[in-house]
Amino acid sequence: MAIGWYLVVSALIFCIGAAGVLTRRNPLVILLCLELMLNAANLALIAFSRMWGGADGQIFALIVMVVAACEVVVGLGLIVSIFRRNLPIDVDQLSELNG
Amino acid sequence: MTPVIFFIAAIFALAGAIGVVVLRNPFYSVLALVVHLIALAALFLLLRAEFVAAAQVVVYAGAVMVLYVFVVAYVGSGEELAAGTALRILGPLFALALAIELCIAMLGSALKGISSKGAPYVPGFGTAKQIGTLFLTKYLFPFELASLLLLVAAIGAVVLARRRRGLEEHDEGLERRLERLRPAGTGTMAEAAGVRKTLVPAAEEIGHDVEVVGPRSGSDG
Repeated sequence: MAIGWYLVVSALIFCIGAAGVLTRRNPLVILLCLELMLNAANLALIAFSRMWGGADGQIFALIVMVVAACEVVVGLGLIVSIFRRNLPIDVDQLSELNG
Repeated sequence: MTPVIFFIAAIFALAGAIGVVVLRNPFYSVLALVVHLIALAALFLLLRAEFVAAAQVVVYAGAVMVLYVFVVAYVGSGEELAAGTALRILGPLFALALAIELCIAMLGSALKGISSKGAPYVPGFGTAKQIGTLFLTKYLFPFELASLLLLVAAIGAVVLARRRRGLEEHDEGLERRLERLRPAGTGTMAEAAGVRKTLVPAAEEIGHDVEVVGPRSGSDG
């Protein structure tokens, strides 16, 4: 399969993730959609790594996975903390920081 | 054979991605993401990235998704409200515009390698040996930085999600128990400042037979 096909799949997954981040209101699902976007970037990185025949892109993809895991852990900690204070789990209502 | 596997995996990956966005129950969204991640691991295998595919299945579909499932079970799904009218129309439009733009960028790309099958395969490409060698030689600094980032994130999550004692309401029983542990006339700083004098009669009034209760339990939600 030509590398371009993988890039098309990666672009589509990224756009689906972006649409999810914009339309959903539950922060848990927004985190899941962020995962989708990061995974799309990973797929593109690995496709380019295959294209050049070097493993550097794969290293980059692994680092992206580490950063995604960190982001998930902190995000889920925030959601648990919001839940403990009996605040609504809805990004539209959590707007105290909105200037 | 390769195109067949590619299209099956790509269809599953896209279906999983759409499922994450469309499904109303967050629990089903998590399950759809697991399907998506496993299909993506198959695509990684087709691109000869064996180690990354294994890490994807073990770390993502295994560990991170279990964390998600636990939090969804703890928080509860709740009824999901529809997004505000403006974003509900503009969000998908923005995504569509982005998709068209990316497709134009790919069609107009001057990269010749995009339409090829990639560089000739060398044995040992993408194995754990090659990745490990690169991580410990050329990319040693990013590797150490990633481990530091994981440590910071773990500590941060513990700090964020812990139970905050200081924010609970005033507890009278706790003060009484403290009084009992520290009888009058033991020379505390409170006595020297004169605060103790007002407290002592009250403590004797209740009597020192107030039974000491064990540490409070089950105050969380």
